[in-house]
Amino acid sequence: MAGRDGSVIGGRVALALAPGLLTELTAGRRVVVVSATNGKTTTTRLISAALRDQGGAATNAYGANMPAGHAAALVDDIRAEYAVLECDEKYLPATLEQTRPGVAVLMNLSRDQMDRAAELRLLAGRWREALARSGVHAVANCDDPLVVWAASSAASVTWIACGQYWREDSWSCPRCGGPVDRPVRDEHVEGVREPSPGTWSPDGAGWACRECGFARPEPQWRLDGDRVIAPDGGSHELSLGLPGRANRSNAAIALAVCARLGLALEPALARFAEITSVAGRYLTVEDGRWSMRLLLAKNPAGWLEAFDVLRPAPSPVALSINARGPDGADTSWLWDVDYRALRGRPVYALGERRLDLAVRLEAAGVDFEVVENTGDLPSDRIDVIANYTAFQEIRRYVG
Amino acid sequence: MSADASNELRLVWVYPDLLSTYGDQGNVIMLARRAELRGIATTVVSVRSDQPVPTGGDVYLLGGGEDRPQVLAARRLRADGGLSRAAEAGAVLFGVCAGYQLMGEEFAGDEGQRVAGLGLLDVRSERGERRAVGEIATRLVPDIAGEIVEYQAPAAATRSLTGFENHQGLTHRGPGVRPLAHTLTGIGNGDGTDGAYHDHFIGTYLHGPVLARNPALADHLLTLAVGHSLPPVASWADRLHQERLNAVLGRADHHLARHKPSVMSPQR
Repeated sequence: MAGRDGSVIGGRVALALAPGLLTELTAGRRVVVVSATNGKTTTTRLISAALRDQGGAATNAYGANMPAGHAAALVDDIRAEYAVLECDEKYLPATLEQTRPGVAVLMNLSRDQMDRAAELRLLAGRWREALARSGVHAVANCDDPLVVWAASSAASVTWIACGQYWREDSWSCPRCGGPVDRPVRDEHVEGVREPSPGTWSPDGAGWACRECGFARPEPQWRLDGDRVIAPDGGSHELSLGLPGRANRSNAAIALAVCARLGLALEPALARFAEITSVAGRYLTVEDGRWSMRLLLAKNPAGWLEAFDVLRPAPSPVALSINARGPDGADTSWLWDVDYRALRGRPVYALGERRLDLAVRLEAAGVDFEVVENTGDLPSDRIDVIANYTAFQEIRRYVG
Repeated sequence: MSADASNELRLVWVYPDLLSTYGDQGNVIMLARRAELRGIATTVVSVRSDQPVPTGGDVYLLGGGEDRPQVLAARRLRADGGLSRAAEAGAVLFGVCAGYQLMGEEFAGDEGQRVAGLGLLDVRSERGERRAVGEIATRLVPDIAGEIVEYQAPAAATRSLTGFENHQGLTHRGPGVRPLAHTLTGIGNGDGTDGAYHDHFIGTYLHGPVLARNPALADHLLTLAVGHSLPPVASWADRLHQERLNAVLGRADHHLARHKPSVMSPQR
């Protein structure tokens, strides 16, 4: 939300004075815009890292992903030929119009901050209209029906199968409202029947609307375990410094973008591998007192991704939830997350909404302890999953 | 109303693919959990909108949804008829937000059109000027509150509800229903009340999820379903209920001391 320094405020002032500023600042540059509910900061970082060998890219590295942040990033690196801009989902239409990117990277759409977000299908509809107008080339995830519906209006699309871990927002066809069929039907209610294992597979995860036939497009690229298969059949191994399947998805789509930009893939992969944390996320803080790894998760899909990278039980985990402005005031989404994955290890609930967590964990049959302060946590090898302001608080605490 | 020979409580979660926007799974989980803590065996069936709604359930839950899924849900539920038959047969129905509206006579669709509801509650919902978003606290009407207090242990007894609302509905009650509660803060139906009930059909704008924040209301639904009162159970939900009420009604902050983990046997 805030930039590193005053540059976002500078960007805001500049935009107020010169509304056409973004168009001017991007004129003559090769612009990539990255948008998604989850993973956009990391993917932006991966693409801009790969461009370091091309003289670098102007980029909003600290998650300031609205127009003021874009302006600040573009001014900051005024000479870079490339610009890689992380874009808040709501601002994608305006950003497409003002920055005229060559490539739009579209990854996933899922519920996030429902108390102030537009309905997802409305949002996808706005993407769809803006993409149709812009003439941009889209690099898009074909495993997410909402993304496919939005992206298929673009003049041209590179489809990549990089998985969809959270499916509760795509049971209903974005085109006609009909039921979307999947090869494996997930169980909705936890603790009632066993969840179907292995419901996620990056490929072969076909989906189709039973009524109108809207279906997953055939991907040119696909993620297969820790390899990315290119359109020419070439198989590229990801050896990432970032953990988990969500980051493999991010890297796969970043690699397809690199190919679109004409970059050599092996050097790009080497740049990906150098990244071990993104804006403090995945960072392990070790200072003699603490050995704490920080994971940011702001919505149900993000929590699933965070669970995927936890150290195995009985390694302890702390969960911290606030409900201030940037977090969203409504915590009901906690009930969309299946916490049973946390059984069998010490679990700590903290943050301003620790009682919401306590009720949730109790209902999931997870043993836990409610703690008031970060200082009350055990200090040895603990993973911390927190939402936005809770994450920032813990970062400040551990320095 | 109760249960068949197997004495199992059957909870039916209606259309989670369309009506599950606000953590509505939580209401299902809380009901199942609180039943099982009383030794009542429980099964939960989740029914997707492409499946027939079974008629043999004891409690049916309808959650929140976006405008278009709500219209689809109403159309499919009316075409299917299973939920209405279950309602006639005496099942307990509990609807939240979009689910509440579609239990009524009609509501406003995604383009402002009038959409026919299930006609189980004598309410009509239209689209208001502004979206109601935020914490809401209400006080139950005396009839329901009396029933709840009767079978709650005094410490857990409550006449207030806490939740979060996010909707643009204005809901008008007809003579066939009573309001569920009066608002202390927040919008609810738009006229100083929230929700409606008639018999064993209850609707409210409160999510949160509402049964996680208001264990007494969860127990009220269970009591309606099993036909007898239930012994009290202690849960973190009691504390959450009080903490949210304090926070929303501006009382002194509830002190949260450090707590040892409560001993719980994992849910199946």
